[in-house]
Amino acid sequence: MKDMATQPALLEIKGLEKRFDLDQGFLETVKFKGGRITREARSVHAVNNVSLDVGRGEALCVVGESGCGKSTVARLVAGLLTPSAGEIHYEGQRIDDLSRHDMLPLRKKIQMIFQNPYASLNPRMTILQALEEPVRHHNPKYSAAEVRDKVTEVMMSVGVDPTWIKRYPHEFSGGQRQRIAIARALTVDPEFIIADEPISALDVSIQAQVLNLMLEAKESRGLTYLFITHDLSVVEHFGTRVAVLYLGTVCEVAETATLFSNPKHPYTRALLSAVPQLKDDRPNHIRLKGEIPTPINLPQGCPFESRCAFANGRCKSEKPRAIHQPDGSMVACHALEEGRLDADAPGL
Amino acid sequence: MSLLSVRDLTVKFAMREQTVTALNGISFDLAKGERLGIVGESGAGKSITGFALMNLLSRPGFIDHGQIMFEGEDVVTMNDRQLRGMRGNRMAMIFQDPMVTLNPVLTIGQQMIETLMAHRKLSREEARQIAIVKLREVYIPSPEERLEQYPHELSGGMRQRIIIAIALLLDPQLIIADEPTTALDVTIQADIMELLLELCQSNQVGLILITHDLGVVSQMTERTLVMYAGRIIEAGRTREIINDPQHPYTQGLINALPQQTLPGQRLKQIPGNMPSLTNIPPGCPFNPRCEYATDLCRSRIPEISHYGEVEVACHEVQRLQSNDARREVKA
Repeated sequence: MKDMATQPALLEIKGLEKRFDLDQGFLETVKFKGGRITREARSVHAVNNVSLDVGRGEALCVVGESGCGKSTVARLVAGLLTPSAGEIHYEGQRIDDLSRHDMLPLRKKIQMIFQNPYASLNPRMTILQALEEPVRHHNPKYSAAEVRDKVTEVMMSVGVDPTWIKRYPHEFSGGQRQRIAIARALTVDPEFIIADEPISALDVSIQAQVLNLMLEAKESRGLTYLFITHDLSVVEHFGTRVAVLYLGTVCEVAETATLFSNPKHPYTRALLSAVPQLKDDRPNHIRLKGEIPTPINLPQGCPFESRCAFANGRCKSEKPRAIHQPDGSMVACHALEEGRLDADAPGL
Repeated sequence: MSLLSVRDLTVKFAMREQTVTALNGISFDLAKGERLGIVGESGAGKSITGFALMNLLSRPGFIDHGQIMFEGEDVVTMNDRQLRGMRGNRMAMIFQDPMVTLNPVLTIGQQMIETLMAHRKLSREEARQIAIVKLREVYIPSPEERLEQYPHELSGGMRQRIIIAIALLLDPQLIIADEPTTALDVTIQADIMELLLELCQSNQVGLILITHDLGVVSQMTERTLVMYAGRIIEAGRTREIINDPQHPYTQGLINALPQQTLPGQRLKQIPGNMPSLTNIPPGCPFNPRCEYATDLCRSRIPEISHYGEVEVACHEVQRLQSNDARREVKA
């Protein structure tokens, strides 16, 4: 974290917000309430005031449960969605308001890998076609032989036999397809990879293969990752830093080792305690009361207040700000700030 | 007498070109109130096992031969009427996706009450009261209101609780849960697992838990079967299998987990893929991926046999153990 201050972050997200309108068009917004006709437009608050930065060579993992907005963050950064508010900067340049044309050179630098390798490869294109397309598009001056060389090189590096190049996606297994999807991202020599649950659809033994491949690519190519996942054991292995999201809001950001040895936010603690362990002793699973509130009507105060064992009046009315902790983590929690959490963990 | 006793269960699928064997001579026992885990990767045959136990396989799948003795009766030879009397009543099943299991056009109440009235001689009001009690047992808040709601009005965790309540409705002796929490978030998964464990223990209900998650098996079950390409390759007490796996595949599966390696280090991966059912290699089905494979492994299928406390299907298990012992001496 210390050298981060001297070196500017590769990716900076400032106050990012994304709302999806539920009632589109005039007629849907007209409501009949209490004898009067009113207009009311509801929207889903998917991402709320998220600020994060990713340094060069880092692997920032974004974790959270379904509906917490982690995939939306990934899509906003990749430019697949437009933010409702906030800014995204890449190498100091603002990228969220660029035109399609101005975005083009960045698309070469920022590539995305999706969860489902069955949906992210075109079933009517051979692997060769799928892999050649981005190389040609981003390097118009390349000759056919150069394009072919690039494709072969990348296929070798992800461990897919280049002689299979004329085959179609359905002829490959799930793990091989995910390798091909990774190869497709790597063909344009990106610096930054956004991976949205890249191994969740794969079997355990195949997960290890793909995760190893991503780690190798990180080292050999000096890649930076924004890694979206719900699997905490993968985070502990892969991430250098972790951001925990709840209801579109960042609860806690910390170095991976710090977060796992000393989680601070009550939600992070509950999340870590819920992971099924291989060990004999049954862990003390922190039971959360209630369920995740709907992101349509966001609570006024802390988003986690309704399920938190430490909540009080202030948590209900006032949103907590992320506060720097002595060990370098950032935590948004009134209870921690006021010292109301049971201080069983050192450094609190 | 055990609650369930499966002998040489073999399931085949009649495809157009050929008939493939999805389950190959599965045998195991389950005592009353015992919790058994079945683990493996996709294509191992774990779900097929679950369906076969209830005789729920539909064409092109069929039970080729074998015996499923459940409370002294053979499920394989039961007629439709006997099967209807058993399914949901003495043996219940919980599936992965609660949205698909519940009927979307019927209220929770209709689904529960009709199930009760189909199996027991009860009035509608009596059935309703039982439904409310069962919903309360799975910690559903305000159950009277829930009975009037449709599945889409409830969250995923709530739906899966209701599925469990329905499975327990007729006090079955055995519950088969096929990946019951795979579609749910970790915090909700932990709640559901705790609930399932509590209910099975307090009611002495047997549980067969089918999952790919070794962590879940470790916390939920007393015994475990590890499956690979339609066969049981290792069976024994869950603790022993997790702490000291004997079969190279089980070892590989456990060692491949990220928590078994230091952060940032290369994970210990198993090379290759699970073979497809149409293309199972001769000999031990795991041999192309196994680092210990010999000529014997490539030509003859290993029988599952007792080895110490566990049962293992591996020709090389003895050599593996002496290797381990030597390694320990060196260390």
